[in-house]
Order: sequence, then C-alpha cells, then structure tokens
Amino acid sequence: MAGGGTIDPMHQFTVEPLFGRLMIGGYDLSFTNSALWMVITLVALWAFMLGGMKGQMIPGRWQAAVEGFTGFVTNMVDANIGPEGRRFVPLVFSLFMFILLANVLGLLPLGVVPGVHPFTSTSHFTVTGVLAILSFGTVLAVGFAKHKLHFFSLFVPHGTPKIMIPLMFVIELLSFMVRPFSLALRLFVAMTAGHILLKVLAGFVINASNAGIGYGILVGGPSFILMIGISALELLVCAIQAYVFALLTSLYLNDAVNLH
Amino acid sequence: MDPQAAKLLGAGLAAIGVGLAALGVGNVFAKFLEGALRNPGAADGQQGRLFIGFAAAELLGLLAFVISMVLVFVA
Repeated sequence: MAGGGTIDPMHQFTVEPLFGRLMIGGYDLSFTNSALWMVITLVALWAFMLGGMKGQMIPGRWQAAVEGFTGFVTNMVDANIGPEGRRFVPLVFSLFMFILLANVLGLLPLGVVPGVHPFTSTSHFTVTGVLAILSFGTVLAVGFAKHKLHFFSLFVPHGTPKIMIPLMFVIELLSFMVRPFSLALRLFVAMTAGHILLKVLAGFVINASNAGIGYGILVGGPSFILMIGISALELLVCAIQAYVFALLTSLYLNDAVNLH
Repeated sequence: MDPQAAKLLGAGLAAIGVGLAALGVGNVFAKFLEGALRNPGAADGQQGRLFIGFAAAELLGLLAFVISMVLVFVA
C-alpha cells in the first residue's frame, strides 16, 4: 500500500517543558505540559466547587451536581469505613474528583484546533504514583497513630493456626505492600492503553484516507466509527477508574482504622 | 533469533494475557448479573464489591499489557 506512514502512538505522552528549562540545585523543575494540565484540572475543580457552594436552600442545577458528587463520596466512605470515616471524606473526595477531572480533561476534543492536543496528566506512572503514595501514606499514618504497634495484627487474620503465623505474616505483608503499586499501575495503564488505542485507530483513518478513496471508505470508515465507540468507552473507564481508586482508598483506610 | 524480532514476538505472546483478562472480567460481571437477577433487592448493596472485583481482574490483564509495552518500547 503506497504512502502509508508509521503510526507513533507514544508521542502523545511526551512531557516537555513549556517555557524553557528551569534547573534548581541540579533538579529539573521546568513547568511542563503535564504540570499545565494538572493546573487546569485544579482550576476546573475549584471553579466547579465554588459554583456549587452558594448555599441556596433549594439547590439550582450546579449546586445539585456538586451535592451529587459529595453525597456519593460521603456514602461510599460511610459504607466502607463506618462512622469514624467522616474525617476522611475530604481526602477521598479530593482524590476522586482530581483523578476524574484529570482523566476526562485528557479526552477533550481540542484536536480540532490545529496543533493543540490535550494531555492526560494521570497517564504517567509518576503522577499516579504520587497519588497512590498520598493514599497509602494516609493509611499508614492513620494505622500507626491509632493502633501503634498493634497495627501489625492486621497481617495475622483471626484464627490462623500458630504454626502458620510466620508464613501468613509474610504473605499478608507482601500483599499489603503491593497496594500502592497496584493503585498507581491500574490508573496509569487504564489511561495509557485507552489513549494508545485511540491514536492507533486515528492513524488507520489517516493512512487509509491517504491511500485513496476506496481504502478510505473501506478501512477508514469502520475505524472512525470504532473511534467514536471507544471514546464513549474511555469516558466510562475514566469514571470507573476514579471510582475504583477512591473505593480502594476507602477500603484500605477501613483496614487501618478498624483493623479486622 | 534477532533480538528485536524476539522482543516483538514476546510482546505478541504477552497480549494473549490481555485476552484472558477479558474472560476474567466477563466472569465477574456475569456472576453479578446472575445473582442480581435472582435477588434484585440485594443487588444495589453489592455494587461496590462488583467494582472491586472488576478492578482486580482488570489489573491483572493490564499487567500483561504493561509487559507487552515494556517489550516493545523499553527493553
């Protein structure tokens, strides 16, 4: 097939400084496109919350939307941690809303403007890793502050025979230490995989159209329709991944607060 | 065998694991639906566990995808 270009699905994830390199003490602290999109997420979230905090007795649509999200997170934390979980609602809510908005903002159709493309800040393991460390660090801090060294009884389930305790302890400890890694990895790969798939399909559409009208309709048409379907699925995955992150954070906090 | 060819073959084999994850995720939702249609009243209370099970099954499939990507782009 003449005129086919190679499809590069990974270029969309490159992090590059926007205003020149800024080195401080040997560390690269440039303001990158990743940082820009995280700032955009923060501003969008701030504006969303401000719009819903007017405190009207009969909520308008915006306030109802904000109350919908806060009610959802409060119910989830309540169901998973219990009455002591109320003080974790701000943390879980912040994590949930930040991840949801960061995921969704990466799917904006800004590509219609030539040269502009959105960037999913959560598509990098560094960013999701920090979010996971926030979550896991809180679990450790709460667990040790509340139970001191009795926290280690979390790794020995009720009723294990004495002879199996050393083995069970090691296995449970390993499973516990994998948690932040799995939180970060799940979110990062879900976002990256979706965007790679969309880019590959888009490459099919472009290459097929360049190869003539016949290939354009035969290959490009179904690929384009598939892109529409996958974009809808990606929006769903954004929401599900944000929910799963918040849900698992609540569950891990339940482990730390209530031990068994 | 040429190392580059071996890497790409390995990446293709790793992608089979992603297909197996699809079976796993389908299993989770299938069992949930089966139970939910037998006892609709109890279904809403268990939705949380549904998504936990989905996340766990999906994660293992995504691990296979990560290995595939590592073979193609990193190793």
